Amino acid sequence: MSNRHVTVTVNGETREADVEPRLLLVHLLRDTFMLTGTHVGCDTSNCGACTVMVDGRSAKSCTMLAAQADGATITTIEGMADGATLHPLQQAFWDQHGLQCGFCTPGMMMQASWLLGQNPDPTDQEVREGIAGNLCRCTGYVNIVKAIQQAAGEMRAKQDAAAEPVAAR
Amino acid sequence: MIPAEFEYARPRDVGEALRILSERAGDAKVLSGGYSLLPLLKLRLASPSLVVDIGHVAGLDGIAEQDGELRIGARVTHARLAADASIAARYPVVHEAAGGIGDPQVRNWGTIGGSCAHADPSSDWPAVLIATRASLLCRSVNGDRTIAARDFFVDAFQTAIEPDELLVEIRIPTPAPGTASAYKKLERRAGDFATVGVAVQLHLGADGRIDQAGVGLTAVAETPFAATDAEAVLIGAAPGADVFKRAAAAAAAQSRPAEDRHGPVDYKRAMVAEMTGRALTAAAARLHPTA
Repeated sequence: MSNRHVTVTVNGETREADVEPRLLLVHLLRDTFMLTGTHVGCDTSNCGACTVMVDGRSAKSCTMLAAQADGATITTIEGMADGATLHPLQQAFWDQHGLQCGFCTPGMMMQASWLLGQNPDPTDQEVREGIAGNLCRCTGYVNIVKAIQQAAGEMRAKQDAAAEPVAAR
Repeated sequence: MIPAEFEYARPRDVGEALRILSERAGDAKVLSGGYSLLPLLKLRLASPSLVVDIGHVAGLDGIAEQDGELRIGARVTHARLAADASIAARYPVVHEAAGGIGDPQVRNWGTIGGSCAHADPSSDWPAVLIATRASLLCRSVNGDRTIAARDFFVDAFQTAIEPDELLVEIRIPTPAPGTASAYKKLERRAGDFATVGVAVQLHLGADGRIDQAGVGLTAVAETPFAATDAEAVLIGAAPGADVFKRAAAAAAAQSRPAEDRHGPVDYKRAMVAEMTGRALTAAAARLHPTA
């Protein structure tokens, strides 16, 4: 079976690899690119721990071939913070104790970032539906929902602040 | 879990995909979103020698109303169908089924064509396509073939698609005025496959009686099926609690559920009746008789 050459943009960087067609995206990220923030949980498309963004859509990277992602733009948890400054979602999970063991956290945050891109001002119910594909076995989700709502508020405030000079003109 | 080895092809257009399928018929599997096929490959329940990724094939992702049909390209995702405002207004059964499939990530990537071709006996789309009397357009190098949904789902994980054919489009008849539909699904946990799924579509004649009825059931037989006994009860009747109760009982009697971790056979039959009743009631609430 011939290997396939895959070129992807991961967290803004162009990365290339020769992969077996059967290689899963999560293993390309973790084992080839050493981006181990993306976790393998259930490995059966259920738990969402391996969630990353692929061309703007949240995806379970255990359920996608690396070859399928050839040419795609991917964001993983490693691409979330701005240097030493945590992303509002990361800060909010910290502030609201949105994790205990932390295993689900990278996937949870990636899914939350997709959700807030779709719906910047969700209700608690919409947050719960938005993370329905991400399982946390520690927290009972209450603090995760609080964290996502805190981040949503901060991200809206930032957007408003950024829009203000234009509006004032 | 690592799939067995396979070759990978990424055709750019339908013609190239069809040529590959024609050359490698029987030994190739088509990959659309991947949310049905990848789990099968990983569990090694399927081990094709070639995976044909149609993710970059142009022209399979349209949604359009044309010639009295809603034409949905096979690669349209569940998420797009759930988010489409015109579909929500005009095809409630499609909207409700799309929004309840799997979870957000599954809906972001999973496609209506992939789901139909996979034909999981508990999947949602077959019930919808059966209730709405939809058809599925398959294409090969030899030409096109349109298959009625009621003939398409042959058995568990088996469809009428030939090995050299590609499912390219799903066609749902545009409902006439006076039509209403609904999808009701019982799932044990968020994101589960249905324990029971019921799609219904009713049309009310000028005399206020039901003159067209479609009832599609999923997860309660070896393959999704049309509850024809329930449809027969509905035809000619004025919508109401009594007739819906009799139709629900007929649907339960016609189902052939298997005992599994979701419950025993008696429970499932009871849930078929319950969910059929709810779907009929929800559709009826949307019915506005017209001349």
